[in-house]
Amino acid sequence: MTASLNTAALALGDDALVLSHRLGEWAGHAPVLEEEVALANIALDLLGQARVLLSLVGDEDELAFLREERAFRNTQLVEQPNGDFAHTIARQLYFSTYQRLLYGRLAAADASPDDEAREALRGLAAKAVKEVAYHQDHAEQWTLRLGDGTPESHDRMRAACDALWRFTGEMFQPVEGLDVDWRELEADWLTSVSTVLTRAALPLPEGPRTTAWSAGAGRQGVHTEPFGRMLAEMQHLHRSHPGASW
Amino acid sequence: MTTSDWPLWEVFVRSRRGLSHTHAGSLHAPDAEMALRNARDLYTRRSEGVSIWVVPATAITASSPDEKDPFFEPSADKPYRHPTFYEIPEGVQHL
Repeated sequence: MTASLNTAALALGDDALVLSHRLGEWAGHAPVLEEEVALANIALDLLGQARVLLSLVGDEDELAFLREERAFRNTQLVEQPNGDFAHTIARQLYFSTYQRLLYGRLAAADASPDDEAREALRGLAAKAVKEVAYHQDHAEQWTLRLGDGTPESHDRMRAACDALWRFTGEMFQPVEGLDVDWRELEADWLTSVSTVLTRAALPLPEGPRTTAWSAGAGRQGVHTEPFGRMLAEMQHLHRSHPGASW
Repeated sequence: MTTSDWPLWEVFVRSRRGLSHTHAGSLHAPDAEMALRNARDLYTRRSEGVSIWVVPATAITASSPDEKDPFFEPSADKPYRHPTFYEIPEGVQHL
């Protein structure tokens, strides 16, 4: 495992792990039973991706439960609290569109049979791209319904898209070990997201797409305040009983 | 949530090697598109290559249990209505 692929697997794995945990928080609280199942499904897909990716780096449980906040490499977008249903959907739309475009590119990369880790990443992307295409479709369907629904749902969806906009720029900072044209990826992402928002009768959010203080942000281990609390909850049991098998 | 916003849908699924759609169950969804997606999550676990039909429950007309006897019985005691008195040729499938 080369250092650069380590970096790549950790970045993608942490994205999937953290968002999966956030979606898990919806269990028992979703607006309707069917949506409960859909969110859980997406969370499970992401957790599966996280397990494969973190296993490329080391022991998945150690990596998930024994790292401090500063050692996590996920983007700040995925660690944002669920908020109302519109916030969860906006976060999912932004992230799943990114994941679909990125995994599509990774899956289509040239085979390099002499490089085992790179091949593992390619294999994962080929499998996961089907999952994330569904996630994106799910988020898109809800964006259309909320944006073009009642005046209240429109306002909430708009507020959610605006609030999370400042975290979307970070996803396109180049990640070491991922051989991707990041500018092109970002352009495709903007096209895809603005098409959905237009159809949903929502304006494209204005303002910067990175926070003023974010620097390297999540990919460098700099996280937002809610993330610490999320980790405390996620890691509590494992840390209370170190070495236990589950 | 009112039932008018989230009407009931009946779900029919044809499995990958199945010949016909079979009633799998029902669910609530705001519209047909969401009903399809919910049906996929609830009833197919995303096995590849299956076909799903969703139908609003209000679009289905059912036979009435009260009229069961006049509705179905007359055909039961007339053997000539059941074309079973011949051998099925070899090679005929799905009969």
